[in-house]
Amino acid sequence: MRKGVMRPGHVQIRVMDIEEAVIHYRDRLGLIDVGRDAQGRAYLKGWTEVDRFSVVLREADEPGMDFMGFKVVSSEVLEQRKQDLLRYGCQVEVIPAGELDGCGERVRFDSPTGHYFELYAEKEQTGKWGVSENNPEAWPEDLKGMRANRFDHCLLYGDDIDGTAELLQSVLGFQVSEQVVDREAGELCVASFLACSMKAHDVALVRYPAKGKFHHASFYLDTWGDVLRAADLISMHDIALDIGPTRHGLTHGQTIYFFDPSGNRNEVFTGGDYTYPDHPVVIWDAHQLGKAIFYHDRELNENFLNVVT
Amino acid sequence: MKFSVSLGDEGSSFHCGEQQNLLEGMQTFQVGVPLLKLIPVGCRGGGCGVCRIRILSGEFETKKMSRKHVSDQEQAEGVALACRVYPRSDLCIELLSSAENDNNHSERESL
Ligand code: FES
Ligand SMILES: [Fe+2]
Repeated sequence: MRKGVMRPGHVQIRVMDIEEAVIHYRDRLGLIDVGRDAQGRAYLKGWTEVDRFSVVLREADEPGMDFMGFKVVSSEVLEQRKQDLLRYGCQVEVIPAGELDGCGERVRFDSPTGHYFELYAEKEQTGKWGVSENNPEAWPEDLKGMRANRFDHCLLYGDDIDGTAELLQSVLGFQVSEQVVDREAGELCVASFLACSMKAHDVALVRYPAKGKFHHASFYLDTWGDVLRAADLISMHDIALDIGPTRHGLTHGQTIYFFDPSGNRNEVFTGGDYTYPDHPVVIWDAHQLGKAIFYHDRELNENFLNVVT
Repeated sequence: MKFSVSLGDEGSSFHCGEQQNLLEGMQTFQVGVPLLKLIPVGCRGGGCGVCRIRILSGEFETKKMSRKHVSDQEQAEGVALACRVYPRSDLCIELLSSAENDNNHSERESL
C-alpha cells in the first residue's frame, strides 16, 4: 500500500575533485548546473525535473553515496512517516530546512544495509528547464552531452537487504517489483527491486558483504538511440566504460554503465517495465543471474558484482 | 618517455608512458593481443580499490585516491591504486588482494 512517498528526489554523491565531477555530470551527462552552496557543494538536475535540484556533489576523501532522498506528498505525510520510522526503531535525524539550498525540512534515517535515506515534502519548484509551462515545446535546444532527462533511481549494495527492503515496504509503502532468489540457498534473496511509483524501480538493493555501498545512480534518456549516442560520447571523451550498450533482464531497461572521474558508477537507460500495485513480484532465479543482469551477454561480469564505492 | 613496470615474483612486466596511469599502460601495452590482465581493472577513478597495489621500488606520482582503500600511512608505505599512479621511473610492484581491501577499511563514512 502506498504511503505518500512519491519519487526519488535527490542523491548526494561524494567525489574527490568537485570541478572534475561538475564537468562530468554537467557536460557529459548533460545535467543542468543550478549552482553551489556555501559549503561548496554543487547542485544539478535533469532538464525535465520540476524541482530545483536532484543531484548534489560533495567533495570528500572517498567517493560513494551520502544519502538518497525521496519526496513525499505533504508536510503531514512527512510528519506521519517520521513517527512511523521512530516506532519502527530507526535512528532518525531531522535536518532543518535550508541545509540543502532550496529544500525544506528533511527526515533522515538509517537502514539495515547502512545506507542513509531521507524524506522531505518541500523543495523550491523552478519548473522544467528551458521549456515554458504553457504550451511547452518538446525539448530545449541547448542541452549538453547525453541530455539526461531526470535522476531516476539508485542501486545500493549492502548486507541485510531483507531488512532494508522490509523497512521500505512496511514503513514507506514501497512495493517489490522484481527479485533475484537463490533457491539452492534456502530462497535467499540476492537482489530486490522496489518501486514507490509505477516505474520498474525507484531503488534497488543487491546483497554484498559490506554495509553502505553505492553501485550506481541512474538517469533516464528518451530512446535507445540516445543510449547509443551516450556510448559515442563515452568514447569521444574517454570516459571509463563499465558495460553496454545492452539490455537488462531485470526491469528490461536498455542501458549503459560507466564511471564518473572518482569511480562512482553512473547508468543512463531508457524503456523498461512498469509496476501497478496489483502486479505480482517478478522472480529471477539466481542461476540465471547473468541473463537477469545483462540480457544479451547472459554472462555475469565480475565488475558488476565487485566494483562499488 | 616509457618506463617498465614489473610485477613482483611473477616475472611479468609491461611498459607505461609517463602520461598514462598504470592501468592504461597495462591495457595499451601490446596491440593486437588480448589485453593484459595483470592488475584487476575496475572503476579507473581511484574509487573502488580493486586495482590496489604496493610499489616496492621506483618513482611515481599519484592523483587523489579513496581514503577508504589507501590510508595516509599506507600511502607513505607505497600502497596505491594503480589507476591513479603515473610512473616517473621503472617500477616494481606487487598486487594486494581485494580481500585485504575490504577488511582493512570497511567502516562507513559518517555524515
Ligand atoms: S580501478 Fe577502481 S580504484 Fe583503480
Ligand atoms: Fe539501474
